[in-house]
Amino acid sequence: MNEHQQTLFEFMGQQADKLAVQTLQHIGLTFISLFIAALIGLPLGIFITRKVKLSGPVLGVAGILQTIPSIALLGFMIPVLGIGAKPAIVALLLYALLPIIRNTYTGITGVDAAVKEAAVAMGMNKWQVLFKVELPLAMPVILAGIRTATVINVGVATLASYIAAGGLGEFIFGGISLNNTNMILAGAIPAALLAIIFDFLLSRVQKLNFKKIKKTTYAMPVLLVLLSSFYFIPSAYGGRLTAGFTPEFMGRQDGNLGLESKYGLKIHTIVISDAVMYKAAFEKQLDVISGYSTDGRLKAYDLVVLDDDKRIFPPYYAAPIIREESLKKYPGLEKTLNLLSGKINDSVMTDLNYRTDYLHQTPERVAKDFLVANKLFKPSREGSTGIIRIGSKIFGEQYILANMYSMLIKGNTNYDVSTKTGLGGTKICFDALTNDQIDFYPEYTGTGLLAILQASPKTVNEVTKSKDSTYNYVQQEFEKRYQVKWLKPIGFNNAYALMMRKEQAKRLNIKTISNLKRYLNSK
Amino acid sequence: MIKVDGISKQFGKVKAVDAISFEVQEQENMILLGTSGCGKTTTLKMINRLIEPSGGKIFINKKNILDQPPEILRRGIGYVLQNNGLFPHYTVAENIALVPQLLKWDKKKTEGRTAELMEKLHLDKSYLHVYPNELSGGQQQRIGLARALVSDPPVLLMDEPFGALDNVTRSNIHKEFKALDELKRKTIIMVTHDVQEAFELGDRICLMDKGRIIQSGTPAELLFSPANKFVEDFLKDQRLQLEFKAVKLVDVWELLPNPPKKAKTPALPAGTDLWTALESFKFGKAETVNIQKDDEVKAATFEELMAAFYQYKNKQGHE
Ligand SMILES: Nc1ncnc2c1ncn2[C@@H]1O[C@H](COP(=O)(O)OP(=O)(O)OP(=O)(O)O)[C@@H](O)[C@H]1O
Ligand SMILES: [Mg+2]
Repeated sequence: MNEHQQTLFEFMGQQADKLAVQTLQHIGLTFISLFIAALIGLPLGIFITRKVKLSGPVLGVAGILQTIPSIALLGFMIPVLGIGAKPAIVALLLYALLPIIRNTYTGITGVDAAVKEAAVAMGMNKWQVLFKVELPLAMPVILAGIRTATVINVGVATLASYIAAGGLGEFIFGGISLNNTNMILAGAIPAALLAIIFDFLLSRVQKLNFKKIKKTTYAMPVLLVLLSSFYFIPSAYGGRLTAGFTPEFMGRQDGNLGLESKYGLKIHTIVISDAVMYKAAFEKQLDVISGYSTDGRLKAYDLVVLDDDKRIFPPYYAAPIIREESLKKYPGLEKTLNLLSGKINDSVMTDLNYRTDYLHQTPERVAKDFLVANKLFKPSREGSTGIIRIGSKIFGEQYILANMYSMLIKGNTNYDVSTKTGLGGTKICFDALTNDQIDFYPEYTGTGLLAILQASPKTVNEVTKSKDSTYNYVQQEFEKRYQVKWLKPIGFNNAYALMMRKEQAKRLNIKTISNLKRYLNSK
Repeated sequence: MIKVDGISKQFGKVKAVDAISFEVQEQENMILLGTSGCGKTTTLKMINRLIEPSGGKIFINKKNILDQPPEILRRGIGYVLQNNGLFPHYTVAENIALVPQLLKWDKKKTEGRTAELMEKLHLDKSYLHVYPNELSGGQQQRIGLARALVSDPPVLLMDEPFGALDNVTRSNIHKEFKALDELKRKTIIMVTHDVQEAFELGDRICLMDKGRIIQSGTPAELLFSPANKFVEDFLKDQRLQLEFKAVKLVDVWELLPNPPKKAKTPALPAGTDLWTALESFKFGKAETVNIQKDDEVKAATFEELMAAFYQYKNKQGHE
């Protein structure tokens, strides 16, 4: 089945269940937050029309909230609200507040003063003026605000998957990490459609005349509550332990798919970003997570790796991969990059990662300390015969490696360096490489095999028997297909691993993944 | 009926209204006249408490207006706004039913009253279910009047009610206005800066300038015994026409030469102003016009009327 390229429709058909759940979650998230934002924003907007002095500060604060990058805002929420729906809803509602408050305010202040005065002069009290005159006349403007907020929310809700709140972001970010275009589109297209459909429907409501708008205004809250409830429909499964897996892990043969097929592991799973997963495990919001075996947080949060007794996680030995063109263009570069080979084993890498992730030392400092301790460090020669472009994915280990390479190049050659760190996941990084945006970046054999080459299950079975056969296979194939060369491995194996809290694993007597499965199956 | 006692209103440094006092008798039509910005609107709005005065007191039926909640006060005072202020999201019927709704009238009563007013104001029933923006300015103005009149309040405040209309429409509305029985029973305070309108519609006129009342009195008093140069100058431009409008046939009755006869033929009532009497020569073919006072009728030619008018004027000047 891997022989022919799977089409988008086939993918969507195959994943219809997941797609439906994610879409419902997405709609639910969007409208729960919108509903709460309206509950807060409307009265607040009305309030500042009465206390005009407060309108500046209130609109200012709401405006500032909206300029916080969404990922950062989600990050701020975690210490306070943990992971899952709560922080996602709060973050979304903060984004939705500004358009709702602002449009309520401008809508009401924009009502013809003569009409307002007439209402007062006829003997209406202030509530009657508000509900019979100001709100109905401001309604088109208020609806425009709600419309803006809806579209913003549909967009930002894709990020909810970072903190385990579900939604179409699961496909989008899973697809990006897995270099799976169908998966990206399966999330992105429905998300875009949702935005377009809701925008269109609300634009129609906005254009209704006053008579009909009255009825719609009553129907609106009912509809909002109904749409909000979508979020709760899918979460019908429960379980003894909760696993948190990254979107990438969810879609991989050497990830959740392998856990299901080879171990028969069935565990209540939520999708979560790597950034918050370890902490969530530490804080007992998750019991099992899909980490990396050299991650510094393993040490920081007192977690233990479960033994992969059925060998579903292929070896992930790290090595720089480089364009052959670049090797030709910059003689001596290969030798310099190989200086690091064999120098860093698993525990050294875990320690280096621990320093950046947990002690918050800069990757630059950690890299330099390591090079100095291993007598590899030389001061920069300030060379300028060419610029080597180093890429890295968006996590600490890659930053450290990129910094080491940068120092090695500057100290041992006459080339200068520009680093393009934080290139997201594998797909983005590898695309940058093949499109000549960077010259090299550190990659892992397993990733090369599964995410980039997308080898068939048969091949995977064969070549993952030993670390060398994996390395040899990816080296050959990369050269043939992409004219990209794998240099010598650095030494450590940053493989996928399931991990648990040390204390809990001990208590439940779980050492291997098979143990975990047995525990889950027992009643 | 309405007593305004030394009220002032200060907006920051601007003294919009400066300690003015006046009284309006029951069923009287009192006009606040003056240049733009002299404080007419401010004065009017203080009466239904849209603006709270900085000083002074206002009484309606000897009751201080502060003695009841403002909403209750306002429901008993009809108010017609300069730009009509109709609710754009209400139909004509809903607009008119506004005050009845606040007063919790039942539906039948409201509908009956609405139909009655529509007829009196010469508005077709088919307009009841359209929105104000589908009506002409003059029609909107009438709806505004209907809304103010619907609960039959004893007091009516009108702020330049015909300000937005062209001259022809305006003089038509003036005629209807004078003929409307609803209005004859009411105590009305009306703001205008149009001198013609003031003289045509007012029983008495308060001429204002810079927040103060310069002179108040009947149109004839303002014309023939102005308090100062300001009053004289204010009326100068349209003086002759105003005089014809200010003088009623009853004023010149004694000065008409022909002996009175017993009434038989149709005749103009003696309360008619001279302007209207003179106009009837233009339309009618008759050489003379018949004037009726009580049960006597006098016939007069155009020349005889003019002569009587000048005699009357001379007499006023010397008093
Ligand atoms: N809300 C307000 N705040 C500050 N100043 C005001 C306010 N309302 C009126 N004024 C000032 O008070 C003065 C009187 O205003 P008002 O509206 O009573 O005039 P007016 O006689 O009705 O004029 P017009 O014929 O142009 O309607 C003006 O100088 C105006 O600028
Ligand atoms: Mg005015």
